[in-house]
Amino acid sequence: MTTARTAPRTDGGRISSAWQTWTDGDHRLAPIAGALVVIWVAFGIANPTFWTPENLVNLSLQSVSTGVIALGIVIVLLAGQIDLSVGSVSGLAAAIVAVGAVAGDWPVALGVVVALVAGALIGLLYGVLVARFGLPGFVITLAGLLVVAGVQWRVLGADGSVNLPFDSWLVKFNQAWFVPDGVAWVGAAVVVAGVATIGIVERRRRVLAELPAPTVLGVLIRPAVLAVLLAVVVGYLGQARGIGYSVVLFVVLVAVTDVLLRRTRWGRHVRAVGGDHRASLLAGVPVRRTLVSAFVACSTLAALGGVLAAGRLAAANQGTGGGGLFLTAIAAAVIGGTSLFGGRGSAWSALLGVLVIQSIANGLTLLDLDAATRNIVTGLVLAFAVSIDTLLRQRQQRSVTRV
Amino acid sequence: MTAAITLAGVSKSFGAAQALVDVDLEVNTHEVLAVVGDNGAGKSTLAGLLSGVHTPDRGQVRIDGEPVHLTSPAAARREGIAAVFQELALCDNLDVVENLFLGHEAAAGIFLDEVSMERQAWELLDQLAARVPSVRVPVAALSGGQRRTIAIARALLGDPRVIVLDEPTTALGIRQTAQVLTLVERLRERGHAVVLISHSITDVQAVADRIAVLRLGHLIGEFDAETTTTEDLLGAITGAVAPRAGGRAS
Repeated sequence: MTTARTAPRTDGGRISSAWQTWTDGDHRLAPIAGALVVIWVAFGIANPTFWTPENLVNLSLQSVSTGVIALGIVIVLLAGQIDLSVGSVSGLAAAIVAVGAVAGDWPVALGVVVALVAGALIGLLYGVLVARFGLPGFVITLAGLLVVAGVQWRVLGADGSVNLPFDSWLVKFNQAWFVPDGVAWVGAAVVVAGVATIGIVERRRRVLAELPAPTVLGVLIRPAVLAVLLAVVVGYLGQARGIGYSVVLFVVLVAVTDVLLRRTRWGRHVRAVGGDHRASLLAGVPVRRTLVSAFVACSTLAALGGVLAAGRLAAANQGTGGGGLFLTAIAAAVIGGTSLFGGRGSAWSALLGVLVIQSIANGLTLLDLDAATRNIVTGLVLAFAVSIDTLLRQRQQRSVTRV
Repeated sequence: MTAAITLAGVSKSFGAAQALVDVDLEVNTHEVLAVVGDNGAGKSTLAGLLSGVHTPDRGQVRIDGEPVHLTSPAAARREGIAAVFQELALCDNLDVVENLFLGHEAAAGIFLDEVSMERQAWELLDQLAARVPSVRVPVAALSGGQRRTIAIARALLGDPRVIVLDEPTTALGIRQTAQVLTLVERLRERGHAVVLISHSITDVQAVADRIAVLRLGHLIGEFDAETTTTEDLLGAITGAVAPRAGGRAS
């Protein structure tokens, strides 16, 4: 390879792409992270209780269930589809776990497995209907929303509400179990060391391949920022109960999904299909299989979100997963920067988006404002996020005729 | 010498419409064969037959003298024929490397091998002397000519012997057209057999070695690009004048 030609390769390696991710890149995480800080400062000033470690621990626990559902939404949105039934699917999953444990005398673990399998099967059905028969996902999942909600009510039976025993591990997992302080610090250190190691190894591979590579210092910025972030979170939440196991599960799910989406064939195919269905087909991408897998992943995560909700409430009722939950989950994904038009977004947008929505809900509740105000504010934030998404898309499309 | 690819007495009909009638063509390596003709002359059908999108009703396609059955684009690729269609089939949201390897990603274990893909992408683009600002920008940010370059580069990844370009300069500006035509010359230098489907006579005269003219599904004639005038070609294309008779087509 000629070194002379290396000069115009301006894209750099991980550092600049990581930087782009945070600024004007595909995922636009920086604006939403900034918005989150603004929201926190504003609520903190309006009512200092918002900033207390105890409230932030609550906030983190409240975010888990919706966040897991939003993560599934991110996957279908990336594939250029939508799933409107995630709320109902989560409600059905919650009902299966609760009714199984109480009426069926099942071990909770069995109920969880059955709920997840039910979610996966629902997603499989959507995927086959959309990918093989070309039915519009919007309508199919809207039908699914109604059907699954009906099934959920049937499963719950006449009372419409079933309580989980408080001593079940699922309830404790979502309410009472927190990572011990020492373990949290060690875990954070391991994560930071891992991210740093991966960065160094990748930089070395790029250097050996004579590709543009960031400086060692540049590589270490990411783990350094992560270290500060984790230290603040672990230290501050540690002053109250700490970090809940369910929160750890959510963050791990987001991180794993992020790696799958960015670093595997499957993830690339999901983004390709969402970006341009026909081009993917012509390029030899297994479009059908990819679409089916996206729906399965979404419904399974929705079911998991329902299971976690059942644990957190120690109950399942007709309202679980109902109301505007599916809209909240979709709003979280979009507020977090995942495009409604397919192909653009990041798993982390589920985390950021749900934090924004739950922070608004939590903060307005602390200010004694009612649900009506919460809805109005959340709606405005959503409108703002979608406007940004559309404007950026138009800007990116200026040289392209396809709409 | 046996031609890289041969069409022998090939016909193709769609219902009652005869798209191609008894066409004979040969293309050699290190050669650019242009196929010109008016709308409906059968150019796209010819491209489809070569790239496995259509199968001939009669006649044979031969590669190095061996008859082959190109039943699908994938089958054509296995036989060493790659096609770039008017519709570029690029994903706007993916970057250059992602598009080049889409559907054929290099992976180590379950993870993508970005380093080897990016390296191969640079090597390929360097060979084509293609000017792309970065291989890590979404192709939506590239110009029409650059996008076409990426589509052509992707066709080269399997190292095909024959490359079929269907209207590669349509909707491009002057500079971008020049860019693509330079690329076509470079394909010839690399030793590919190039079939250039076009309706632009100036373009094909600029780069082709031989020019085949189609009219209403019939092969009217083959012309040597060096010695043939624009008027000859126009006459053959429109049928206004007898082929090779010279004179103006009015």
